[in-house]
Amino acid sequence: MSSILVFAESTDGKFKKTSREAVSYAAEMGGDVTAVAFGDIEQSELESLGNNGAGKVLHAGDDKLNQGVIQAYATALAQAVEQTGSEIVVMSKSSLGDAIAARLAAKIGAALAGNVVSLPDTSNGFVVKRSIYTNKAFVNVDMKEGKKIIAVKKNAVAIKEDGGSATVESFSPDLGDSDFAVKITKTEKAEGDILLPEADLVVSGGRGLKGPENWDMIEELAGELGAATGCSKPVSDMGWRPHHEHVGQTGVKVAPSLYIAIGISGAIQHLAGVNASKVLVAINKDPEAPFFKAADYGIVGDAFEVVPKLIDAVKASND
Amino acid sequence: MKILVCITHVPDTTSKISFTDNNTKFDSSGVQYIIGPYDDYALARAVELKESNGATVTVLNVGTSETEPTIRKALAIGADDAIRVDAFPENGHFVAEQIAHIAKENNYDLILMGRESIDYNGGAVHGMVGEMLGLPSLSPVMTLDIEGNTAKMTREIEGGKEYVEADLPFVAGCQEPIAEWKIPNMRGIMTARTKPLNVVEAVDTTEKTELKNYELPPEKGDCKMVDPDNVEELVDLLKNEAKVL
Repeated sequence: MSSILVFAESTDGKFKKTSREAVSYAAEMGGDVTAVAFGDIEQSELESLGNNGAGKVLHAGDDKLNQGVIQAYATALAQAVEQTGSEIVVMSKSSLGDAIAARLAAKIGAALAGNVVSLPDTSNGFVVKRSIYTNKAFVNVDMKEGKKIIAVKKNAVAIKEDGGSATVESFSPDLGDSDFAVKITKTEKAEGDILLPEADLVVSGGRGLKGPENWDMIEELAGELGAATGCSKPVSDMGWRPHHEHVGQTGVKVAPSLYIAIGISGAIQHLAGVNASKVLVAINKDPEAPFFKAADYGIVGDAFEVVPKLIDAVKASND
Repeated sequence: MKILVCITHVPDTTSKISFTDNNTKFDSSGVQYIIGPYDDYALARAVELKESNGATVTVLNVGTSETEPTIRKALAIGADDAIRVDAFPENGHFVAEQIAHIAKENNYDLILMGRESIDYNGGAVHGMVGEMLGLPSLSPVMTLDIEGNTAKMTREIEGGKEYVEADLPFVAGCQEPIAEWKIPNMRGIMTARTKPLNVVEAVDTTEKTELKNYELPPEKGDCKMVDPDNVEELVDLLKNEAKVL
């Protein structure tokens, strides 16, 4: 394996956990791993990708690259591919990553596989396993083209930490006006410290909570656990919770270590959005709720009785 | 304004997924097919723009003749005409090549589609089409308004949203809440029968990936039940057995 290029996505000057997963994935494949990072990121943060397996980081620190402009990032990555002579590009699947990977694939004529959950099997071709049908199935795909782009699904690989430090090189991609044809005029961050798509623990509520006024206990439990909060589709459709908390097949798909579903019956569309989680817990007063068939642990009980007790138990365990 | 809406023909979100022929073919028996939910949002917004700003809406699907009921539904929702590229949609690259070929011939002001298909979840076709046409591409677009030649949009980012502007033409991958889903009414269903549905041949492409076989996730073990009067046990299990706390 020769040179592997990794797009390391960052937010507010910090690399995302998924970027460290992508670098670890590339390192696991073997070969020289070069990461590309955009925008204002401190030297120590850039060097820290070495800990995950990157030998070198190409850093394009231009202010114009602080925001995720799809075309500009794709153009810059194409130039980095050429500069490093890389045959393989690895990135993490995200709303920005998908959009960039697609443009980059068309730009450099590469084969693209998204939602990848395994290292390539090179015993007969270059076969990767992709999650499809929103985690209801997988497909094994042979990437035949010389250049290959792999978008790795979140939490599909373990983060490698070997104490290494990457060499940082400045990178000045040649970008034109057309790369900035889309103007980002304002950015709004959702409230709360823990973002649902990246959360390691998620507490989610459904119609069983009976109304938005009862979400305090969901938030309190999430707070005690250090978890993000989510909800089922009916809950966001009724406006009890904001759209960006809707977890499911047509909402946010999550893959945390622990997903606790409270008062969510477990419609197939909801389960599709959560079944990549490592551990599923269902709390529902209906013993026939389909969620219990998918869950690892379950409590049959009224959320209004169980959740306050659970908050106390987590508090006691934290002390 | 000319709007092209690209739709997928996908199993309903409630479908149980299974495979046949030694896990090399999707088992479509008993499966209901629908317009991809994200594509449905894109179509609904296109029809709204037609009503508010004046536009023609063409739907495009890459699919075999089996997809025609899905295309007719899109016409019933309010599209003016339809194009079916007569081919099985092998992969995202193949579909993008077909869309780009049609778009090059017709100069659309807006090319809309869902952020991803709900079968292969690639989320790549809009970006590929944008690059192939040399147009900006945006995804996932949550709101879209047209003022003159400029589109004002919001785009979802992890944990928030961005406000973005772009001049027409461009390509967008859409998602809720960009529009309210539209349900065809009787008049729409009747007129859809007479709207033009043009079938065209696919253009040749180079296959960059080859599907080997499918797999289903391993069967889930039994759910371990915890007494509601003993929730401490759940915390203990999560901590010491599952090791996730």
